[in-house]
Amino acid sequence: MSGLSALFYKELLRFWKVVVQTVVAPVVTALLYLLIFSHVLEAHVQVYPGVSYTSFLVPGLVMMSMLQNAFSNSSSSLIQSKMQGNIVFVLLPPLSYLEFFLAYLGAAVIRGLVVGLGVWAVTLWYTPFQLPHPLWMLAYALLACAVMGAVGIVAGVWAEKFDQLAAFQNFLILPLTFLSGVFYSIHSLPPFWQAVSRVNPVFYLIDGFRYAFVGQSDTDPMLGLLVAGACFVAISALTLMLLKSGYKLRH
Amino acid sequence: MNQAAPAIRVSDLRKRFRTTLALDGVSLDIQPGEFFGLLGPNGAGKTTLISILAGLTRADSGHAAIMGHDVVRDYRQARRALGVVPQELVYDPFFNVRETLRIQSGYFGLRHNDGWIDEIMHHLDLTPHADKNTQSLSGGMKRRLLVAQALVHKPPVIVLDEPTAGVDVDLRRSLWEFVSGLNREGHTILLTTHYLEEAEALCGRIAMLKSGRIVALDATRNLLQLTNEHCAQLRLDAERVPAPWQGRLQRDADGCWRINFGDYAELETLLADLRGADVRVLEMHLQEPDLEDVFTDIMKRT
Repeated sequence: MSGLSALFYKELLRFWKVVVQTVVAPVVTALLYLLIFSHVLEAHVQVYPGVSYTSFLVPGLVMMSMLQNAFSNSSSSLIQSKMQGNIVFVLLPPLSYLEFFLAYLGAAVIRGLVVGLGVWAVTLWYTPFQLPHPLWMLAYALLACAVMGAVGIVAGVWAEKFDQLAAFQNFLILPLTFLSGVFYSIHSLPPFWQAVSRVNPVFYLIDGFRYAFVGQSDTDPMLGLLVAGACFVAISALTLMLLKSGYKLRH
Repeated sequence: MNQAAPAIRVSDLRKRFRTTLALDGVSLDIQPGEFFGLLGPNGAGKTTLISILAGLTRADSGHAAIMGHDVVRDYRQARRALGVVPQELVYDPFFNVRETLRIQSGYFGLRHNDGWIDEIMHHLDLTPHADKNTQSLSGGMKRRLLVAQALVHKPPVIVLDEPTAGVDVDLRRSLWEFVSGLNREGHTILLTTHYLEEAEALCGRIAMLKSGRIVALDATRNLLQLTNEHCAQLRLDAERVPAPWQGRLQRDADGCWRINFGDYAELETLLADLRGADVRVLEMHLQEPDLEDVFTDIMKRT
């Protein structure tokens, strides 16, 4: 076992030991969103021709759950380790900053994917199975979890207290995910808010992911993939730079 | 691993935290197999020095090496050679004792380490607690687990940062037996402690730090000779002592007489004078100088 695989395994085991909180709870939350929104809007809203509102909503909910949980995994693990002081167990061994990054990122991606699969599985009771573009789905799912896993590492390293992390989550991650077209198409928005949505990278992740399920989207899925890829490269570079410098981890 | 190199080499280490100068040019060599004590008051720089050795803190200037491996340039080898028992009683509440030790082994690239893990758990009396969540362990058991974690990769150099702070007498004794055993097997031990009697009993050499500087560094027996103030406590059958000794002998509240002396010949003269004055000694206690006297003395002088 290399140091990297040990840390990756430890991070997987960590969230799996509290699976009710880390997987079951977000699946139930997503299901509640689905029940309420589809009940209220199913008969009134049709975003794309030939696509029911529930079918439109499901990919957005799956993606939103993946994004939030990938972020949660790395950020909460790091802040807890820092607050409890057990981060030294990871800092004392001969792990490189790259191994540190890959292990936390890998576990965040897995948690995101497990939650995403869970949400998708329960929504299959309410919408027929359809997946015309599975490779797009896979590419977007991986990239989205990776982007948010890396953002989670930055947040977890930066935050010194739980409320700082909560602020990061409530004032950045939640607005970015909620205001990204999970529940609506941005074409239904006034021009100003459409323009705002187009600078929100999460919008591209949800839009492209939805394309894989319903075959229709607000923008070209290739453009979304490029935006998401560029975001991942940028956030990874920032994360690696912080980890290499020992920012808030090594004095 | 460079066998000829010192176990720990520290050269002109300096570290400042904002306005506080934590280390001000510390240089130190600790040879393989030594049991070395690092003493000093709070804020003297002991933990900063250890943190630099462990790679938790980066020095502003100077170098530190473990078994010849620079802790920054060659950090992987340096950290493989070092086991650190941190001062804080930290644990990961997600795992049980065995999982904790397996994971810690994994960080050092050790996959099949169960034999050694069983052995360490046995020596530290952790075996009955192997499947307990770390959160449910007592403070003493958590401390033992920290020691076990520091040893999973069989490091030649072991650093213990105040490992017995707040630990009961039994655990302290068993911990020191265990650590002394490791030292006899050839492990180099670097210990910081506030319990000076521990350092005196265990350490072959001692460095004293004050305000980020080494103010004393010598073999423990040499340091003990720095102060020659012995103390004798006598109970006499008389209310007065012979005239030449009045003033030299101080009377305690409980009626005993106390004298500090540098040379045993002085004590002999006192006893002869008492006999000459027909004063009988009913009881006598002698107190040797200890590290605490030396420590207090050096801290006052520097």
